[in-house]
Amino acid sequence: MNLDAEMRDALITFTVESLELLQDMEDCLLSLEDGEDPTERINSIFRTAHTIKGSAGLFGLNHIVSFTHVVESVLDAARDGKIAVTSELVAALLPCCDHMNLLVRNVADGQIEEDAVLTANGQFLLDGLQHFLSAKPSQDKIVTISEQPNKIESIGGGAVDSGNWHLSLRFGADSLRDGMDPLSFIRYLSTLGTIAQLTTICEGIPAAEDMNPETCYLGFEINLNSNASKEEIESVFEFVRDTSSIHILPMDSEISEFIDLIKELPEEESFLGQLLVKSGALTLRELEEALSIQDAESSDNLDSGPSKHKQPLGEILVEQQAIPEPIVNAALDKQKQIKDSKARENQSIRVDAERLDILIDLIGELVISSAGVNLRALETRETGLQEATSEMMRLVEEVRDSALQLRMVPIGTTFSRFHRVVRDVSKELNKDIELIISGGDTEVDKSVVEKIGDPLMHLVRNSMDHGIENAELRLSRGKAPRGILRLNAYHASGSIVIEVCDDGGGLNRDKILEKAIERGLIQANATLSDQEIFALIFEPGFSTAQQVSNLSGRGVGMDVVKKNVTSLRGRIEVESQMGMGTTIRIHLPLTLAIIDGFMVGVGLSTFVIPLNRILECVALPEDTRNHEYMDLRGEVLPLIRLRTLFDINAEPSQRENVVIVEYAGNKAGFIVDRLLGEFQTVIKPLSKLFIHIRGVAGSTILGNGKVALILDVASLVSFVENKRPTGTQSLNYSPN
Amino acid sequence: MKSLTIEDELTIFTAAKQKAALLTFLKSGNKLEINLSKIEEMDTAGLQLLILIKREAARLGKSLSFAMHSKVVLEILELTNLTTAFGDQVVLSEH
Repeated sequence: MNLDAEMRDALITFTVESLELLQDMEDCLLSLEDGEDPTERINSIFRTAHTIKGSAGLFGLNHIVSFTHVVESVLDAARDGKIAVTSELVAALLPCCDHMNLLVRNVADGQIEEDAVLTANGQFLLDGLQHFLSAKPSQDKIVTISEQPNKIESIGGGAVDSGNWHLSLRFGADSLRDGMDPLSFIRYLSTLGTIAQLTTICEGIPAAEDMNPETCYLGFEINLNSNASKEEIESVFEFVRDTSSIHILPMDSEISEFIDLIKELPEEESFLGQLLVKSGALTLRELEEALSIQDAESSDNLDSGPSKHKQPLGEILVEQQAIPEPIVNAALDKQKQIKDSKARENQSIRVDAERLDILIDLIGELVISSAGVNLRALETRETGLQEATSEMMRLVEEVRDSALQLRMVPIGTTFSRFHRVVRDVSKELNKDIELIISGGDTEVDKSVVEKIGDPLMHLVRNSMDHGIENAELRLSRGKAPRGILRLNAYHASGSIVIEVCDDGGGLNRDKILEKAIERGLIQANATLSDQEIFALIFEPGFSTAQQVSNLSGRGVGMDVVKKNVTSLRGRIEVESQMGMGTTIRIHLPLTLAIIDGFMVGVGLSTFVIPLNRILECVALPEDTRNHEYMDLRGEVLPLIRLRTLFDINAEPSQRENVVIVEYAGNKAGFIVDRLLGEFQTVIKPLSKLFIHIRGVAGSTILGNGKVALILDVASLVSFVENKRPTGTQSLNYSPN
Repeated sequence: MKSLTIEDELTIFTAAKQKAALLTFLKSGNKLEINLSKIEEMDTAGLQLLILIKREAARLGKSLSFAMHSKVVLEILELTNLTTAFGDQVVLSEH
């Protein structure tokens, strides 16, 4: 079936479904007039229109989309209660429904394109609908993109649309003597707005004999209706505010408005006080007062001990009744939001990985050339120069470390992908499994993160399929019916450890052993530790699953896991207890750019062998000489002469050594002249020209400026395996 | 019924004197009336005195009413919303 035919079929489905939907819509519309609560039906009509619009959009039927869009908008407004569901509305919608029906029928008849007559009819109907939408200006938003009321503007002007203020005034005792008559303030206040309610508080007047007639005892609680800002109202009391207690609070009904204002403030001020002042809920004077209280308190607290914290500004403001609590909370939320978004901005800069690689590469060069400089400096025996270069070396190393740090990313994103996997797989397996993730912020080199996903996927699926039992079995074993799968990551001694842990049945040691013997992986009489036995599950072609399922059990997977992990220069550990569960631990190097190597010398050349591949070093037995094999404690060990392999023309040293390496269960011995010891080095990949050379994984520069090749153990070992019957081996490669 | 007409202004400047006068007057009987018609100036101090004397009267269980409020007094009582609290009959004074 070609694409056109597919589209045609889909289009037929669309028309059939749409016509059905329209029938439902019509029925619903008709039933709206029965006076029952229409919410549910309006919802379903809206969904119908929405579905038709969406599907029509898929087929590019723009005339249907644009018509339905307006209908949908009206329905949305009705759904939100912005338009009343009246019989007029129903009457206007029914013809729309018919029109849509017509449009869809035309499509079914093969008329995909717009029809001018129909469109004109449609426009007529839409004009009818427009009347509902424009009846309420607040619905502008729904119809088109027309302007939205911009509340922020009102902040700039410092005015709140319908200010409704509560003033709590307690005049200072000396007000009268100072010539300040509270009544005149109140009179003046009435020029700013209307005093809606005033209560004179005269409880402050003491008993007659104690009352000083020249002292002011009165207070007033005033509700003021005013468009003036808080700042303006406050200015009325400018002359008495030092001695009096003046609180100006927005009325409850205004609080939400202030909260809205605060929410809409641009995200630049991050101090609570500034936020509040900006919204107009707090005046500068109130802020200054509260700040001075805060200062005074914290200086008092200096004596009582450093553990005491400053009282938060918000608390002080609420205590001082400068501002109601909900507004402070809103401002605090806003503040947090600003901080968060700032933090996000600060947290990350997106950088092209390639640029990063270039930087790291350059830094590698820098390390090398500075090593050269250092060597020259040492030759000069000039103390000043030597000091300078050693300082430079230190800095260069720091730069290298922090550059490598740049490539580090938290492993959490890789982990969180598994939520979905666990959910889907547990459904598929009909098991109840919970995923617990910890250590998600453990950082690891980006390239490691990219490559660990697949092995982890295998392990997780395997644990879910074979590890965790079904609910009945779990219950019979006395475990909770819900299985738990854990993903954990942490740093340990220069490497990252990733754990996949399940509380399932655990590995059956005897079964693995039996199977391994059956498959000829081990000798029947071999004595192995638990660790070694468990490690067998990672051998190729090994599976103990009773049933082969979709997910795992085919014996492929676990060996792939091991291969992947090994290619990342990592290793796998298995810990398991029958009936209790299994933990698979993957140890990975923090970065692929640095390697723990073991240096060996052949002739004048130096080679680096990855340390984690090395099993042991032994002296080459005298009697081996030109044989390709040696006897390692009764085992046949194939040998590779690096001298021959790399065509190094130098006299062999008196005593040669064998470095025994292992890859994928195969051992081999490299014959070298000298063992130079461990060293950590930055891997420099070989240039493209040399990419096809087997046996060499990369290069590194030694302190003396010489190049050392890093051996690719994997390919060398397999090289030996393949070349076993033939005589001499040579890669025809000379490093010099 | 005893009656007292406050002749002077009722402000911070006369408050001390007026307080003494008012309290003395309060002791003079049980049914008292204070004529406010002559008050041409009043401020918060004066208002406080009116409140005080009203409260004292109530405390002592005496009947004390204000009468013949002058325009100034009325305006202030209206402003401070105390007209009803004082519960006196309010009649505009003649002049």
